[in-house]
Amino acid sequence: MLTKRIIPCLDIKNGRTVKGVNFVNLRDAGDPVELAKIYADEGADELVFLDISATEERRKTLQKLVLDVAVQVDIPFTVGGGISSVEDVDRMLQAGADKVSINSAAVKRPALINELASKFGNQCIVIAIDAKQIDGEWMVHLVGGKVPTDIKLFDWAKEVEQRGAGEILFTSMNHDGTKNGFANEALATLSEIVNIPIIASGGAGNMEHFKDTFVEGKADAALAASVFHFKEIPIPALKQYLKTNGIDVRI
Amino acid sequence: MKTIIINYGAGNIQSIKFALQRLGVEAVLSHDTDEIRNADKVIFPGVGEASSAMRKLQETQLDKVISTLSQPVLGICLGMQLMCNSSEEGNTQGLGIFDTEVVRFSENVKVPQIGWNTVQNLKSDLFNGIRENEYMYLVHSYYAKKSSEMIAESEYDIKYASALQKDNFYGVQFHPEKSSKAGSRILENFLKL
Repeated sequence: MLTKRIIPCLDIKNGRTVKGVNFVNLRDAGDPVELAKIYADEGADELVFLDISATEERRKTLQKLVLDVAVQVDIPFTVGGGISSVEDVDRMLQAGADKVSINSAAVKRPALINELASKFGNQCIVIAIDAKQIDGEWMVHLVGGKVPTDIKLFDWAKEVEQRGAGEILFTSMNHDGTKNGFANEALATLSEIVNIPIIASGGAGNMEHFKDTFVEGKADAALAASVFHFKEIPIPALKQYLKTNGIDVRI
Repeated sequence: MKTIIINYGAGNIQSIKFALQRLGVEAVLSHDTDEIRNADKVIFPGVGEASSAMRKLQETQLDKVISTLSQPVLGICLGMQLMCNSSEEGNTQGLGIFDTEVVRFSENVKVPQIGWNTVQNLKSDLFNGIRENEYMYLVHSYYAKKSSEMIAESEYDIKYASALQKDNFYGVQFHPEKSSKAGSRILENFLKL
């Protein structure tokens, strides 16, 4: 059986992890490679690195980080944040990333998805979609949810699949940071209307939320940050809980 | 011992190089036919689309070299698929090492299959020390049909061959370089063949 995936997400700024990491057994809480190794050893199924730096040097720094992770970590990982061209993707994959996550650049120029899929294969193209429910309608937002667009989530999801996306990483702006659970209704709809894997993101607060997003939300994978970084939910305990509740996970 | 990773411009091969490095082996990336013929171990990787990967092999004459090799050869993912008779992807004729066909998953399941799936019915020294139903990381839209050369089986919609072996030729659909400790053990087993 194909198992459901648990994916910790690390925010990276200038090559260091940010937004609070509180691991007692870490020598250096800011070192993404060390954190990645710990997550891999604990049973994380994949990792996502999201680059949020805005400096001139970001490209080289990120490339070096990707290389360091690829050398040391033996599970797949995705890199996202500001990737906007075929050249950007090529650099990340050459450095050893397994997949790239594209968000705003795909909304601004949807043909980019076709170009990337035909050059690198759809398996390494993750399209990240941030959306907010406004008056009952899920609308795509850009720049971490700050900038609204007039694109409807479900239309966009179908379009990115048709253009060659391998996976969709869906973050609900209504749920992100609330710790009240994932946007399961929207996630289940996504799973019905497209035939590529869906990664749920935004809202994880307890172990039950993960179970719910796999069962009610029909998600193929669940991504979270702070609950893992602050050891509120240890990955081995989460996987044991999911298994006990009848969900196939890798243990 | 000289280990070659065939470099024919198809996909990311760094991960395999790094996985071997973690085992203390410095593999060489090469598309030189003489160098490949003289290696002790050959790894044939591949990510991407079958027909364009096959074209790249043909451009460097590697299509003719690979099936004549006599040392242990390990095809990974698309590499394994190209070693079969044919692939539905891009209507591609394969190298014909493994006597089976590669076809697309049906619409009953999400395609590509992405994630960790189990491997069963393990046969071959490649799986020494690997338990039945061990988890491996897979990313693929096409699969090799079951055949008498199957040395591991997985299930996604249907049961299919997740590893094949014929004489000195081995193929795995999963990515041992990304499959944590169990994957690393499989690479180690291959290096010991």
